[in-house]
Amino acid sequence: MSELLVKNAFVIDPLNNINGEIMDIAVKDGKIVESVKDTSNTIDAKGNLTLPGGVDSHTHICGTKVNFGRYMSPEDMRAGRGRAQKYMYPVSGYSVPTVYANTYRYSSLGYTTVLEGAMAPLEARHTHEEFSYNTLQDTMANTLFDGNWAVMEAVAENDLKKVAAIVGWTLAAVKGFAVKITNPGGTEMWGWGKDVGCMHTKVDHFGVTAAEITDYLIRANELLNLPHSAHLHNNNLGKPGNYKCTLERMQRTPDLNDKRQTLYMTHVQFHSYGGSKWADFCSKADDVAWMINRKPQIAIDMGQVMFGKTTTMTADGPMEFNLYRLYNNKWSNHDVELETGSGIIPVLYSKKNLVNSIMWSIGLELALMTKNPWQCMLATDNPNGAPFVKYPEVIALLMSSKYRDEEFSTLQKDTEKRVILPSLDREMDWNEIAIMTRAAQAKALGIVDLGKGHLGVGADADIAIYPVKTGDIDPTQEYEKVIEGLSVTTHTIKRGRTVSKDGNCLVFGDNATIWVKPKISENYDISKDPEFIKRFERYYTVNMANYPVEEEYINRNICIETETEL
Amino acid sequence: MKITDVICPFCGCLCDDLTVTIENNRVTGVDNGCALAEAKFMHTGRLNNPIIKDGDRFRETGYDDAIGAAADILKDSERPLLFGWSGTQGEAQCSGVHLCELLGGVIDNTSSICHGPSILAIQEVGHPGCTLGQVKNRADLIIYWGCNPVEGHPRHMSRYTNYADGFFLENAFRERKLIVADVRKTESANLADEFIQIKPGGDYAVFSALRAIIRGKGDILPDYVAGVAKSQLERVAKMCLEAKFGAIFFGLGLTMTKNKYKNIRNAIELTDLLCRHTKFTITPMRGHWNVYGSNEVMTWLTGYPYGVDFSRGIAFYNPGETTAIDILAKKECDAMFVVASDPAAHMPKKCAEHMAEIPVIQIDPHINCTTLLSDVQLPVAVTGIETPGTAYRMDGIPLRTKKVIETVYPNDTEIIDKIYKKVLEVQKK
Repeated sequence: MSELLVKNAFVIDPLNNINGEIMDIAVKDGKIVESVKDTSNTIDAKGNLTLPGGVDSHTHICGTKVNFGRYMSPEDMRAGRGRAQKYMYPVSGYSVPTVYANTYRYSSLGYTTVLEGAMAPLEARHTHEEFSYNTLQDTMANTLFDGNWAVMEAVAENDLKKVAAIVGWTLAAVKGFAVKITNPGGTEMWGWGKDVGCMHTKVDHFGVTAAEITDYLIRANELLNLPHSAHLHNNNLGKPGNYKCTLERMQRTPDLNDKRQTLYMTHVQFHSYGGSKWADFCSKADDVAWMINRKPQIAIDMGQVMFGKTTTMTADGPMEFNLYRLYNNKWSNHDVELETGSGIIPVLYSKKNLVNSIMWSIGLELALMTKNPWQCMLATDNPNGAPFVKYPEVIALLMSSKYRDEEFSTLQKDTEKRVILPSLDREMDWNEIAIMTRAAQAKALGIVDLGKGHLGVGADADIAIYPVKTGDIDPTQEYEKVIEGLSVTTHTIKRGRTVSKDGNCLVFGDNATIWVKPKISENYDISKDPEFIKRFERYYTVNMANYPVEEEYINRNICIETETEL
Repeated sequence: MKITDVICPFCGCLCDDLTVTIENNRVTGVDNGCALAEAKFMHTGRLNNPIIKDGDRFRETGYDDAIGAAADILKDSERPLLFGWSGTQGEAQCSGVHLCELLGGVIDNTSSICHGPSILAIQEVGHPGCTLGQVKNRADLIIYWGCNPVEGHPRHMSRYTNYADGFFLENAFRERKLIVADVRKTESANLADEFIQIKPGGDYAVFSALRAIIRGKGDILPDYVAGVAKSQLERVAKMCLEAKFGAIFFGLGLTMTKNKYKNIRNAIELTDLLCRHTKFTITPMRGHWNVYGSNEVMTWLTGYPYGVDFSRGIAFYNPGETTAIDILAKKECDAMFVVASDPAAHMPKKCAEHMAEIPVIQIDPHINCTTLLSDVQLPVAVTGIETPGTAYRMDGIPLRTKKVIETVYPNDTEIIDKIYKKVLEVQKK
């Protein structure tokens, strides 16, 4: 069928230990092969930086709360208008753009695989409907279990296999990819306008703690042999002093998997705060990074904050309400029966604001102090810390202490008393950036075997070519060139096809949704459990028969069937 | 044959527990549904074939001919208006947005004449909401404001509120309190523990009064606010504060009365205030079964929930300017494409008059008032009965409605996609 040859590519492919070699990449039928016979379809990379397609392991792009963010924010829509082109529909939006805007902009940045960070099972169809328009990246969805009644009841019964059975059935039913835990216990308590704090308060009625919910879900995840680990948004997000909660969670996580981390902790910037109130708020990134450096079972993403306007959105309903009481602008909340919650508010991160300036510093400190880049993904928790279009700036900051110093000098001036960023002189190289933006993310998600995150023979031909000659620029000094060069690819290749060239899309695209289906024996099929069915029919407002997401919603898809211990 | 777990494509409740009996490919019985559901499933009268206006009469024609005629009208139009969408599948709404973008037209859904003001208020202050099961399992106080669920959403109370089982309530029916606020004593008001009868147009003042009482500023209130005794307002405020979980539902009695979106804004701000004391949520009682879906689809594709103008090549939104009533009343549009709604029956006379003057295409299974003003009508399969499709419940839960009987009719999506292709062909020439 189709063949393609990418010539003269300056390749960095960390999973295959290639760190800057001029190579040709041969592609046949969407996969990378040793060589091709037909060289009529050739791209000359001209020695430019060529990386595996970018992988975002935590972003909010599709689904109920993302769409509500758009719905309530016409002002954000006006901030990002674009006209139609031959293969592009008109777009709107800056921090919560339309689906088309997201997919075009990600493609232009060289990203080919993205994980939606939070999908409520009951609303999964919505996420999948939007995925079908996110045509230029393969998609997958973290599935929320933080306030799942059946899970909490099984935890209370100390029945790990039952937890796994519930999770396994639900993931397959809603075509989810991974187990997401957002403020465990807290989202259920928010149904009463309360929260759990960290992490040993018992959830009303259910009698289990956040610590127990997460402990069980981590182990259930491994029993189900899922590609990704449990994916945690820890309790107490955004509160001064929450670093203790983060450390305790890391401390009590066992090392259960030799291929990847056992727990992925997301947007850890928001969880590395010292102090006891806003007045003595400070960075504790050094303590948190110290722990990560001793815990190979932990992987994190930065959750970097960048200055400017954005929209925060999370399943963590109580956190959004607290944030709203600081900002007092506008607030949406959407609790989901028997499962989880969510909240949305627009925010402005300002350099004149001490807390915001400290937050900006913390994200960078975490990345710079985590010794092993495979444990720290580059992400902004799009759009919570900043829209993903800011990634090139985050990269430039990590590569240049000069850039950091220049930015730092413009921050609220007390910042230097609360952070240690100015004392960090680490400057990352291109290989480390490639790890943090694709290789480590693919490894953490467990999709390397599917051919993601690398350019070895047999991998998906997802390739990003940037107009950057790494030998010609010094990223420690010429950070503006880094930002410019990483903002728009010359070619983004998806499954062997050039989908985006110099920022213009060349095809409508055709993405695949990756989901999991754990193989569970009849004995553990929770959907046949009379008690489970009875409670489902009685307390959900949707019948069990209408709950699973039909095949029609995922036309093109990759189902990962896992062998389980159930 | 009986089919269970059928989803009712009538109102925003999207009840999904109907059992439908089918004999000889006809629905002969509907169990669990309300009278409205039964009427919808059992209805048989409809248009048999596409029709085209020929002089002062309609003649029947084939689909290809009607699709060609529709495409001709659209391609000749400088400012087409694509309106309706609340009574069809999400897939057709998506196709409609793409067609509108291709034409450089204006697309609007029926929200602009129902809960459009609610959306404007949400865009100012946000929306503290939840799914209906959250209310069912927790709420001990239900407030219906400017709506009459007994007649408008007949199973709302039995499935989601006062008459539903609740996980956290021992005896849900007795433990839940019901407040109804309206200008007249409706069937729903008859069931209420507390009926707040407000003078027409007085809702805004009543919300403000409740907020004042809750903030401890009740002293400044007069003895009566919009016809409501201060003592009753104090009682109501106390009930709200004492509730563990309160849920407000509101209807067109708030959105389409004096002060319009300001009423909703005030109701949301009351909810927000109560959230600082206890748990409160607020939910619009969406009317048509998939009107919320039309907001969702337009939002993820264009960025805006209704009233989107593509004439400048970008999505432009300005309710009051880019909404159907305004465009018709100002005689701006020179063609109209109506899907799954009946604007001739529901819009002001001025709008219908303009519709009579311009070519109108209607996609709808049934003959209705808009048929009489149409130049072309294409009958389609009824979504949720004859063809499956996605719908969003009033609280945002997406469901897949079913096909329960066979049909020879194409569905809305197929028709719109064919018109799209036809327009594209003509444009290329």
